[in-house]
Amino acid sequence: MADPMRIRAQAQNGNAVVRVLMSHEMETGQRKDAAGKTIPAWHITEVTAQLNGKTVLTAQWGPAISKNPFLQFTVKGAKAGDKITISWVDNRGDKRTDEATVA
Amino acid sequence: MQTRRDLIKHSAVVAGLLAAALPLGAQAQAAGGFNRAAFDAKTMDELLKALGLGKPVESREVTLTGPDIAENGAVVPLAVASSAAGVKRLLLLVEKNPNILAGLFEVSDAVEPNMSTRVKMGQTSNVYAVAITADNKVLFAQKEVKVTLGGCGG
Repeated sequence: MADPMRIRAQAQNGNAVVRVLMSHEMETGQRKDAAGKTIPAWHITEVTAQLNGKTVLTAQWGPAISKNPFLQFTVKGAKAGDKITISWVDNRGDKRTDEATVA
Repeated sequence: MQTRRDLIKHSAVVAGLLAAALPLGAQAQAAGGFNRAAFDAKTMDELLKALGLGKPVESREVTLTGPDIAENGAVVPLAVASSAAGVKRLLLLVEKNPNILAGLFEVSDAVEPNMSTRVKMGQTSNVYAVAITADNKVLFAQKEVKVTLGGCGG
């Protein structure tokens, strides 16, 4: 669903800096459409990041995270060739997982 | 002397007690998933109550990095970091948003307690980075971010 996430993971001093750009509307539930009806909230609720299959970070997000969410974090002890997997679930139950290799 | 009837009755009572206790346990566990009560909180006090936290203490061990003036309230880049020992969670709060909690990060030992993301801000407001340590100390840093163009499409 939606476009693939863009994940860049760069090895740096024994760690990997991971930058992720996810593709999601992140509707707050505050906006009204042209007819005046409130557009229902639709946003990513949970994000999980894994290094080689082991979860290293989880996040819970509300609708206040911007559209097409950006996330940057640093994983310790990662080296080139390691696999970073990012998954998210939204409040409609949709989910998406993408992976990248640490450069 | 305990009859078979007594035994069964006793089990039923115990089962009843367990059944009553279980939903509470299950609810506490649900906090491991998406914590709706925390994300519905409108004020700092409501949020602290929803997360079961004590009074926060301003601390130099938490840093919040962001622009002084946000060009676009829909996309405000913010970074939260903490140098405190044993940080388990980092929270990002926007005081004047309809719901105060923007995001919550569960930090494991495998990541640095340092995250960046972008948030929507409805109006000029104080933003808080809150770090919660393993022994439930609540530390925070705050910064005022001015917003010229509100971030909720309104």
